[in-house]
Amino acid sequence: MIDTTRRTLFKGSLAIGPVGAAVALAPGLLLADWNQAAFASQDLGSALKARLGSSAPETNDAVRIKAPDLAENGAVVPVTVETSLPNVTAIAIVAAGNERPLVASFVLGPAALPYVSTRVKMAKTADLIAVVKQGERLFINIKNVKVTIGGCGG
Amino acid sequence: MSDIKVRAKLEGTETVVKCLISHPMENGLRKDAKTGELVPAHFIEEVVCKWKGEVVLTASWSGGISKNPYLSFKFLGGAAGDPVEITWKDNLGQSQSETAPIS
Repeated sequence: MIDTTRRTLFKGSLAIGPVGAAVALAPGLLLADWNQAAFASQDLGSALKARLGSSAPETNDAVRIKAPDLAENGAVVPVTVETSLPNVTAIAIVAAGNERPLVASFVLGPAALPYVSTRVKMAKTADLIAVVKQGERLFINIKNVKVTIGGCGG
Repeated sequence: MSDIKVRAKLEGTETVVKCLISHPMENGLRKDAKTGELVPAHFIEEVVCKWKGEVVLTASWSGGISKNPYLSFKFLGGAAGDPVEITWKDNLGQSQSETAPIS
């Protein structure tokens, strides 16, 4: 059941600073327990707050997020997340400019490699954030994607 | 006829799986151009990917995944002929499954 009550402005709950800075996402993301409320939530902070953890997410260049610099069609933006970090148990993709920023999460089984590729909808030019969970820690990296609505480029 | 296309290919030690699912993936925020009414949410909530019956990946999606969703993932240990099964379930309770052998 999607709760489409008020539109909550997506601000404050995610502070996107320069690379290397700690990001103010809610810590302790236990993606296996993610429920629909998290996905319906328009507030990223509460969407990610599945369980309390000990550390805030940090940007890590071992998390690689690949997406186009410019998306002609915001309805179909290819994004690939992979990492060289070991023992990754979960990956999430966040579209910071969307009304409901948490777009997808993936729980990895023991045989899985930390690699996922899919296509997301982006409401407007914004950051795509890859979140990777290793033990109790969260690592992220960010790719800004420009979205041209109408597809005329520039 | 299943609306899931699955390709699982062994590349060295890695099995690379690519699948394309036919699904409207309506997030419930879009207005019908003709009626002006909100198109109700209808999107895949969960995709379970199994290899030889073992869960390799569980994806939880919102309506923010594109229409006719594409998913690719990789795992180790697969051999040619092993079955890879993709099952999706959407918010209306519909579900579908498709199995393909690793080639």
